[in-house]
Formats: sequence, structure tokens, C-alpha cells
Amino acid sequence: MTTGVSLAILGAALAALLAGIGSSIGVGIAGRAAAGVVTEDPEKFSKVLILQLLPGTQGIYGLLIAFIALSNIGVLGGNVRQLTTAEGLSFLMACLPMAFVGLMSAIMQGKTSVASIGVVAKKPEEFGKAMILPAMVETYAILALLVSILAIVNI
Amino acid sequence: MAVLQMQKIHICALNTDRKQILESLQRKGIVQINADQDTDIFHCTDTSAGCAKYEKFSHMADQALKILDTYAPEKKGLLASFEGKREVGLADYRVMEKNRGEAIEKADRIGKLSRSIAEQKANLTRTQVQYDQLMPWLGLDVPMNYAGTSTTRAFIGTLPAEYSLEQVMQMLANAAPELDACSVEIISADTDQTCIFAVCPTDQAEQLDDALRQCGFSRPSVHTSSTPEAYADQLSSQMDEIREQIDKAEADLEKMGEHRRTLELMRDYYKTRAEKYAVLGGLQQSRHTFFLNGYVPEKYAADLSAELQSSYDCVVELEDVPEDEEAPVLLQNNKFAAPTESVLSSFGMPHKGEIDPTSIMAFCYYFLFGLMLSDAAYGLIMTIGCFILLRKYKNMEAGMKSMLTMFLYCGISTTFWGIMFGSYFGDAPTVIAKTFFNKDFTVPAVWMTPLDNPMRMLIFCFLFGIIHLFLGLGLKGYSLLKDRKYMDCFCDVVLWFMLLVGLLLMLLPSDLFHSIAQMEFNFPPAVKLLAKILTIAGAAGIIVFSKRETKNFGVRLALGAYELYGATGWLSDVLSYSRLLALGLATGVIASVINQMGSMMGGGVVGAIVFILVFILGHTLNLAINVLGAYVHTNRLQFVEFFGKFYEGGGSAFKPFSTPTKYIKITEDK
Repeated sequence: MTTGVSLAILGAALAALLAGIGSSIGVGIAGRAAAGVVTEDPEKFSKVLILQLLPGTQGIYGLLIAFIALSNIGVLGGNVRQLTTAEGLSFLMACLPMAFVGLMSAIMQGKTSVASIGVVAKKPEEFGKAMILPAMVETYAILALLVSILAIVNI
Repeated sequence: MAVLQMQKIHICALNTDRKQILESLQRKGIVQINADQDTDIFHCTDTSAGCAKYEKFSHMADQALKILDTYAPEKKGLLASFEGKREVGLADYRVMEKNRGEAIEKADRIGKLSRSIAEQKANLTRTQVQYDQLMPWLGLDVPMNYAGTSTTRAFIGTLPAEYSLEQVMQMLANAAPELDACSVEIISADTDQTCIFAVCPTDQAEQLDDALRQCGFSRPSVHTSSTPEAYADQLSSQMDEIREQIDKAEADLEKMGEHRRTLELMRDYYKTRAEKYAVLGGLQQSRHTFFLNGYVPEKYAADLSAELQSSYDCVVELEDVPEDEEAPVLLQNNKFAAPTESVLSSFGMPHKGEIDPTSIMAFCYYFLFGLMLSDAAYGLIMTIGCFILLRKYKNMEAGMKSMLTMFLYCGISTTFWGIMFGSYFGDAPTVIAKTFFNKDFTVPAVWMTPLDNPMRMLIFCFLFGIIHLFLGLGLKGYSLLKDRKYMDCFCDVVLWFMLLVGLLLMLLPSDLFHSIAQMEFNFPPAVKLLAKILTIAGAAGIIVFSKRETKNFGVRLALGAYELYGATGWLSDVLSYSRLLALGLATGVIASVINQMGSMMGGGVVGAIVFILVFILGHTLNLAINVLGAYVHTNRLQFVEFFGKFYEGGGSAFKPFSTPTKYIKITEDK
């Protein structure tokens, strides 16, 4: 196995790792706020659950990038490509947008979700609006996902 | 695509008909009643007391129902929330109205039973504590408050640690050396305390008392004139009695479960009356007449007026909503578009004079949603699921029904795009064929596979975005034309179209575009020239005309140039549609991750079982998360990108005076 392959796997791992950490933090803080609402009013469970889930997508995007990268390197199929160091570095770089933006945006989105859960607690009828606000943050994770996909597929 | 035309309605009628008229309006639920102020002739009555009274009764029923949920829970199916409200005929409703006293009694009784259960439970705990405290004393065969015979004094109590008899005697001897005739018996001892019975002649009682006190002696908290054993028996039979009472009250409550329907009716009945009283408080009244005004949709207005005037002695006047008044908004759309009204209303109802974009938005909504989810199997599941639910539960809540209908259409669109992209549970057909049948098999995509050709797909996403945005701009032009603001339409819409189309035409043949999209456009020189003309004319027009209300020409040009800078906003709006590709890929790739995980055990029976388990679990999760994602992001594209071009919202929704019921739906008798 070449250094290139190791670098590429590092990239894939970072994408899953950082985005996953971000999502777990985001979903975690949103979940704590949601639990508070549910103690007061258990009927709002489904609404706050949806809001809690919103920051979870970054982790999935991270997984997605890791998966595409691994399958492009050939780790999944069993025929590992002999990547040069430069190629391996390219994979690593390509994974970075998803890794870092995933990390930060999931945390930020989690905080926005907390605020939106507050909206639902006080005005459940404004659920539609409350849901859009955290989704705004996710835009940047999606853009990062796109850049990472395009870069990996075209290496 | 329409905002329903509203009319103002004024009703003047006799107070004797007030109840009937208000109730009939409330059941119809088509009039929004405005609260009025006092005038010289008419006065508003303060109905807040009545309102509060009925709210209280309704709350009482709510409480009783909640108690019943604990003690006599109703068996509900998993899908019970789709069932909607129970239909109750007007006649049955009247019967309930007559018997409302009984319903209140029942609610009251349930409340009392529940309170008595709580009290008895507290009582039980208290008795239990006493019983527990008595346990160490069971060996004592005299009453707890036994003081001694005529010549002796007895001391019953505890010492604060575990002692043996010798230790106690030693301690007493140390504390009171002069004490010579005293007998101590240890009833029981554990690590926390030693229960003792001490006796001595009356003349030495004081010494013993002192000595005991120095050792930390304290009297027991249980006082009774019977022996501990007898008292324990008494307490235990008391507890049995309390338990019996609790059981009985619980059984009573369980039996009360049969009155659930009555209580539900009672809750809705009083809620309805409270609502009526709230409205009544806003009506202008004189001694014999009352005066009501509000809004009614034009299409119901004439019928309502005729019906009221024929049934009661009243005057009904209809008038168009004055120019300076903002009427409440009620939307009316065809069956295809109506389900997305809720999306529009969560952004905001159209304000006065604004068009209702629902029907155009509905098509875009289904289109974009399908593109984001883009899996034929997921789409079919959604479609069939929503269809079955809609067929099975005809009586379901209007909001739920419209949501399911919306997802039904979204599901159809998802299926369509899934077929176009050749995605069925991701690459499930390929994986299954390979793992279990060892064959190479793929369902070919009708159009293309996005993952193999992401750049091409991205360009198409931008294309859909541009069309969507142009639609928005076009709608702005349409509404300006409708208001006869031709100049505004030209400056704010046509000039922008010129600029944007010109820019697009210049971009398409460029090397930059060729390198990104791998598509080559060769326009004839005439088109290239046209592109340049359009761009320059559009840009110049925007600089000169966009701030035409500004007097100072220099400032006007500067502000116009800034307006031109808004073109970058268009760029970011278009780029925002890249989420169509990203979310579409996310669904497909995660689906294939699941398939691959499932197939890791290889073929054979074990492999098949593992595959099925992973498949069901994984795809359920993926479907749920991606439906949520597609829903949220379709909303975003509509709210931010599409509405941003032309729609402000901010109108107030039509809130008719109606029956705020939770359990029942009153049907008029035929």
C-alpha cells in the first residue's frame, strides 16, 4: 500500500470523523432542548424531534463523502488503486471541505435548532418557519458536500 | 390560483334571535366577526365572566379525560391519529345540551375520585411509615405509653447506637452511681438505635431519667395506649382498608371510562359556547337589537344573506371591502395545488392586492421535491402509503389530509425522477442480482445517472433554478401589469430579463462554460451581437431607471449602479439550486451504502436474512431522513429564492367564527 492510499484514506476518515463529531454535538444540544419541551408538553414530541434531527445530516454527508472516496480509491471493492502521493493528497484535500464545514455547520445548526425548538415551545403553529431557520445553515454544508463530491469524482 | 374575494357583512337583528343566529353562523364557519367598540346607541356587554365559566367547564372535562386516560385508557390503534373527529348529528348534540348538568356531575365525580385516590395514597404512605417505626417495638408486651406501676416508673425509648445489655448497664452506672435498683430490657437493637425498656422504683425515677438522658435516650414517636403488636395489627388493617378504598375508587374510575364520549362532547360543547361568548362580547347591542359586522367570502355572501333574512327578523347588508381596508385572506385553489397552501401560509398570506402564487408554486414544489429525493422505490412507497391512508380514513382532519395529499403528489414526482435516474432503493437491483444470483444486471436510467455525470447534472440543476427564478420574476411582472404599473414592470422586470438573458447568452459559448459543462454552444454572430446588446442595454437601463424616484440625477445613477450589483444575488440564488444535485446524490449514495452493507454476508440463506434486515432498517431510516431533507430544502428554495423575487406575504389569514372542537364534528341534520 502506498503513502498515497494512506493519505486518501485519511481524507475519507476526516470527512466521516469531523462531520460526525459536528452532527453529534449539534443533535446533542438540540436534543437537550427538545427534552425540556417534551417534559412540559409531550404532544410536541414529533415536532421537536424533527428539529432535533436537522443538524444530523452533516454526519450523513460526511459518511457519503467517505464512502465515495473509499470506493474511488478501491478500498471497498478490494482492488486498491496504487495512488501516487500527489493523488493521495488530492483525495485528502477534496475531503476537507466536507470535513470542516460539516463540523462547524452542524454545531451552528444545532444551536439554531435549539432556538427554533424554543419557537415551537411557545408557538407550535409557527413550526414551518421554525424549521426553515436551521435549514438555512445547512446550505453551506450542502455546498461543501457538492465541492467535495465534484472534486473526488473528477480526480 | 386565487385569493377569494371578501365582502363585508353587517347584520342587525333582534336580541330574541341572537342565540339562533350566532349558533347558525358558528356552525357554518364562514364569517369572520370583528369586535366592535361602544357607541352612543349600542353598547358591548362584558361577557368575560360567562366566557371564563364555560372555559372552566371545558377545562374540567379536559382534566377528567386526562384522568380517564390514566385509569381507563382507551385502546387506540397506531393510526388512530388519522381518524379525525367523530361525527355527531345536530339532534344528538341537542340531547347532550339538555343533559349537560349530568356531564358536569360526571366530570366532577371523576375529579373527586382522582383527588380522593391521591389523598388515600398519601394516607397510606403515612400509615406505612408509622408501621415501620413500630417494627422494632414488636417485642414489647406493654403499651407504648406505659408509665409503670404504683411503685415503679417505666421508661420506654431508644438509645442512638447499637448497645448490648452490659454496655447499657455500664453506661447507666457511670452516669448515675447512686442508682441501685433498676432493670433494663433490650427490646431490639440495630446499627442505628437500641430500643430499651427500663424500670426502677418511683423514688429513683429522677436519677434514672437523668442517667438515660445523658446516654442520649429519647422517647419513641409512636404514642398509643395499646401494645405494639396490637397497634401494628390495627395499622395493618387500616392500610388494608385504605388499599381497598383506593382499589374501589380506581375501579369506579375505570367504570367511568364508559362516559368518555359524553365528556368529549361536554368539552367541545363548552369550548364552543365559550367561543360564542367571546364573540358576543364584541357585538354592539341595544336593549332589543344587536349589530354584527364581519367578513364573508363573496361566494357565500348572497346565500347567507338570503337564508338569514328568510329565517329571522333581521337586516343583512353586504358591501365590498373598502379600498383602505385590509381584508382577511382565504385561498382557493384546485385539487392539485391546494395541498401546498399550507406551505404558502407558513411563509405568509398574500397581502392586499398581491397575487396568490400557490398554483404555480405547487407545480415547482412537486417538481423540486421529486428531484431532491429522486428514488423510484421511495417515491412509490410514499405514493402508495399516502394513497392508502387517504382512502382508508376519509374523515381525517383537513390539515392532515392536505399534507398527505401533498406528499402523495411529491411521491409521484419522486417516482418519476427515480425512473429518470435509474434509482430503485439506490442500486438495489444490481446488488441483489450480483449477490444472490451472481449476474450483472442494472436497470438503465431513462435519462442519466447523476453520480456518473455530476457536472452535467449540476448544469441541469442550475437550468431548473434559472427557470424557477425567471418564473418568479415573471410573476412580479404579471402582478405589476395587473396593477397597471407599466413603467415599474418595464424597469424592474423587463430590464432585468434583458440583462440576465444577455449574460446567459454570453456565458454559454464561452470557454469557461465549455470547460465546466463539457458542452459546446456555437451561436451565430448575430446572436452574439444580440447578447451584447441585451446585456449593455439592460445594465444601462437598470443604472438609469431603477431609482427613478430619486430627484438628484447623480445620486440616482449611483444608487442605480448599486442596484446593478444585485446581479451577484442572482448568481448566488442560482448556485443555491446545486442542493438539488447534492441531496439527490445523498439519497442514492446512502441507499447504495445500505445495500452494500446488507450484501456483506454474501449470498445464501444467512446472507439473505441479514440483507433483508439491513435493507428494511436502513432504507426506512434513509427514506425518513431524506424526505425530511427534501421537504425542508424545497421549502427553502420556495421561500428564499422563489418568493424573494416577487412575493412579500404579510396578509392575515381568514379566521372564521366556528366551532373550536377537538373530538366531534357537528353535522347538520338532513
